[in-house]
Amino acid sequence: MAVADVTIVSLDGVEKSFGAVRALGGVNFSVSRSECVGLVGHNGAGKSTLMHVLAGTAAPDKGRIVIAGVEQRQYSAARAKDLGVRCVFQELSLCPNLTVAENARVFHPALRGFNWRRKAGKLIVDKLDEIFPDHGIGASDLIQDLSIGRRQMVEVARAFTVSDRPADLVILDEPTSSLDAHTAGQLLAFVRRSVANGVSCIFISHILGEVLRNCDRIAVMRDGKVVVADRAEAFDRNKLIAAMGGVHQSEREVNSASVPTGRSQAPVRVRALPARQSEGVELIAHEGEVIGLAGLAGHGQTDLLLSIFSASTRRRVGVEVAAPVALVAGDRQSDGIFPQWSISENIGVRSLSKLRDGLLISRRREDDLANAWRDKIKIRTPDMHNNILSLSGGNQQKALFARALASDAAIVLMDDPMRGVDFGTKLEVYALIREEARAGRTFLWYTTETDELKNCDHVYVFRNGAIVADLARDEISEERVIQSSFAGAH
Amino acid sequence: MIAALAKLASKPWIWSFLGAALVWLAAIAFTAGYGAGGMLTAALSLSVFTVIVGVGQMFVITLGPGNVDLSLPANIGLASAVAMKVMDGDDRMVAVGLAAALASGLCAGVANYLLIWALRIPPIIATLSASFVIQSIDISYGRGLQIKPPPGFADFTNIQILGVPLIAVLTVLFTIGAGIALHRMVYGRSVLAIGQNIRAARLAGLKVEPIRFLTYSICGMLGGLDGALLAGYFRGANVDIGGEYLLASIAVVVIGGTSVAGGKANIPGVWGGALFLVLLLTMLNTFGVSAGVRLLLTGLIIVAVITAAGGQKTTR
Amino acid sequence: MSALAPPAPRQSAGINWRRLARALLPALSLTLVLAAIAWLNPRAISYFGFTLMLNLAVPIALATIAQMFVIAGNDLDLSIGTFVGFVCCVTATWLKDAPLVGAAMLLGCIGVYAALGALIYLRNLPSIVVTLGMSFVWQGLAILLLPKPGGKAPDWLLAIMGVKPPFIPFPILAAVAIAAVSYFGLMRTSYGAILRGSGGNAIAIDRAGWSLLKAKAGLFALTGLFGVLSGMALVGITTSADANIGNGYTLLSIAGVILGGGEFVGGRVSPIGAVIGALTLALAASPLLTFMHIPPDWQVAANGAILVIVLAARVMISQKGRE
Repeated sequence: MAVADVTIVSLDGVEKSFGAVRALGGVNFSVSRSECVGLVGHNGAGKSTLMHVLAGTAAPDKGRIVIAGVEQRQYSAARAKDLGVRCVFQELSLCPNLTVAENARVFHPALRGFNWRRKAGKLIVDKLDEIFPDHGIGASDLIQDLSIGRRQMVEVARAFTVSDRPADLVILDEPTSSLDAHTAGQLLAFVRRSVANGVSCIFISHILGEVLRNCDRIAVMRDGKVVVADRAEAFDRNKLIAAMGGVHQSEREVNSASVPTGRSQAPVRVRALPARQSEGVELIAHEGEVIGLAGLAGHGQTDLLLSIFSASTRRRVGVEVAAPVALVAGDRQSDGIFPQWSISENIGVRSLSKLRDGLLISRRREDDLANAWRDKIKIRTPDMHNNILSLSGGNQQKALFARALASDAAIVLMDDPMRGVDFGTKLEVYALIREEARAGRTFLWYTTETDELKNCDHVYVFRNGAIVADLARDEISEERVIQSSFAGAH
Repeated sequence: MIAALAKLASKPWIWSFLGAALVWLAAIAFTAGYGAGGMLTAALSLSVFTVIVGVGQMFVITLGPGNVDLSLPANIGLASAVAMKVMDGDDRMVAVGLAAALASGLCAGVANYLLIWALRIPPIIATLSASFVIQSIDISYGRGLQIKPPPGFADFTNIQILGVPLIAVLTVLFTIGAGIALHRMVYGRSVLAIGQNIRAARLAGLKVEPIRFLTYSICGMLGGLDGALLAGYFRGANVDIGGEYLLASIAVVVIGGTSVAGGKANIPGVWGGALFLVLLLTMLNTFGVSAGVRLLLTGLIIVAVITAAGGQKTTR
Repeated sequence: MSALAPPAPRQSAGINWRRLARALLPALSLTLVLAAIAWLNPRAISYFGFTLMLNLAVPIALATIAQMFVIAGNDLDLSIGTFVGFVCCVTATWLKDAPLVGAAMLLGCIGVYAALGALIYLRNLPSIVVTLGMSFVWQGLAILLLPKPGGKAPDWLLAIMGVKPPFIPFPILAAVAIAAVSYFGLMRTSYGAILRGSGGNAIAIDRAGWSLLKAKAGLFALTGLFGVLSGMALVGITTSADANIGNGYTLLSIAGVILGGGEFVGGRVSPIGAVIGALTLALAASPLLTFMHIPPDWQVAANGAILVIVLAARVMISQKGRE
């Protein structure tokens, strides 16, 4: 293509700080027309901040932004849209109380006049049809009624719709985080098609395989800077991990480090039958086991975890729980974090009765508990009394792990807690989970990443709210899981 | 010194005390210093009634968006009648009467919570419905009630030590206790957690519904206590005795720096807000303005204060 | 509604049924109250019966719609009652004696509302407190304007409110018109989507390049406008004004919005539901109680009880709808 080498966006020495935290320390970065650039790095490496700068939603403290050859001095979200820069943020930016069509309207000021609803509905549904042929979403569906995966589909499709302004550069920040493998594949194929048609993309993902397979060029960020940027062929998985830094262990070592165990003879801690399952396999977890819940996103895994959670305080039909339960939320903002509180208060909240000294909560014990877990789980902060939101996403997630592991709970439920967490953090947490399991804790671990199932002693695969496969440790493989998740469904 | 001042200025409640001091100064400037002390004594006495219900309202508001107790005026009115009837002018019955008033308030609080919990309706509507019913009970029960409080009880509400009303001292102790409960007890921590994120609180294993129940019950009981004290202070019960405490209880909570979005509460601010409101009315009375002007100025000043103090910065 | 509980895949049919049930709930409440009235006093279900019973429905519906606009933006107007009272006083004095000055004052009021919205947005203030303060302001102004009950509604206003259309009582026609206008304005226009979106996810609206300041000021201005209309309608019915005439409307209007299926946060409101909610309350308030021979002492309690019964019915129906 003749236009292949035209640079459409370039950043030059961009710096951005939030208070004392330096999120970007002089970033140089560019994207050419008809190019898909992968952006990888740890959480807290500055990827999301960089995207906010590009989308005009965060003004850089220093540095130049050049778009289509023109330096942008008064850059803003509105200006970015005029120039054809679109962004799909990690935290979804749809209005839940509006319909799919109305959300398209919010995005396109040009959709007005007499039959704007029809125009907006057609625009968004056509794009959904193009990207996700079997999406099953209607223009008049309310966003609040859609599952999180479908919301993400709407969000992505909306970013590619064109009315009066072009979509030259689309930034996708973890676009597949809530999609199952099938829809993620559809999306990635569409991105390839769009790029071939002259659109540029910035693709941020923690799933390195996705990045390696689908991007033309890959930029690696570390500590607020782009440390390497090269053609995708120049990288492989290990090189990427090395470039991101901080991770000295490869995945293989972790796996061999974990002790293989058969089905445990230890006492049963949890016995649960999914609500939509009248017969067949029951989920059973013994003391000291790590039990995986697999399958496509939204097929009843979370529901079962929640019913186990509520069964710990109140009798429920079909669920037996033999010990105190703690839950590590996957959706930090809505299910986990107390935004007004410090890190130590956030960790201590599950153990309040343990922290009591007489009637009052002991500040000292609370601090001791928090500091012990800061060291154990490596929460990166100068002071545990800082607000929880001063942490990067991955570290907030660690605090939530600390909350559960510091508690008296012998059963820990994990609701896809590694969503959007960087690789280094993951390895640290995996090791911790094995260690805690050896000490007798039981883990029930719902995950959408097949790789993580290798850390489990036993895996139950879910489909349409029921357990469809029951895999022992030596039977766990990506093929088996995918086979069970999809059999009959497609 | 400057650092200490800066730290003080960052406390949200400091503004309410500054405002209170300002209106007091304006009032004594008008009277050329005459009655400055008496004004404070009276303001402390009157603030007590606002502070007691304000603390209850604060715990309720801290439970999160939409939580508010609109039944306080009706609750106060009924409790004042109950207290007067049970005491029946007899000093020996004061304790029983107070207990009856607390019980009446507790019933109101429990009724509120049951409506919220059983019907799953927003607390604003639930407490509003409850207040209609309570008000009717009061109208019917307290009709033509002319019982004076027992002399000992009436005197008790007026005792002063060096110009400081005894009930104000007791109320300060009570608010200190409430502060400790808020920040250092499992109950208070749970209230704050629920107010920030009720879902996360539930998933963190906090006993959400019992805490909400307790909070509405406590607020109701404080309303009941307030009714009894008001009847003692004003020498008699009546249906409208709690009328002004709906707006006042909400206003002092928010002027004092408690977040209406929930999860952030402020005990000293309730005192600051109450003193401010009471002194404001004192000042306007001193100026001798008409009822219309007084309302107008009260309103404008509340808006001005909240504008000057600014909203809470969203941390996200 | 949160990520922890995503509905299982492929169940659009169920979703639509739930939406339908949600939308029909207010109408069911109204039917319930109407059925109770018909059962107690069949003669009330007639042209004159409705004209009498729904006498005050028009101002209540207008005040409810006014409240609905602020609730759509996640705010609450605790001053709408005293504001309606103030508008009554202006209408019964200035608007009658010096129409131009009166009209300018009422327009100014709408401007004040818009300014309040802007203030609340710019300073990030809790609307509950600001409007609480404003409720004192409006009441003070009303007392200054009309210390004692009095004044007289302009003749044209009396004429409008006294219209007797054939077959269908005026209050019903007016309610349908109010519902239709506000439904079209908020739910069907392209800017209405932005206004509701600002209550649903303000950050998204901001990122898409819309002015949240304009949206907030717009919602408050609409509240002011419908508040003015409510006050004028009220004085057109009562013929004279009183500074305290509208005090009950604050709580009535909030109850109406909620009864109509609205929620306090998230921009979830329904104009048609709100009007139906207002009608339900207007009917439940006095006509039903009179027919039930409730002694005056207990009328307030009966009001509360009816509110509770209607909401309880709503909970039961919505639980069925969820199954």
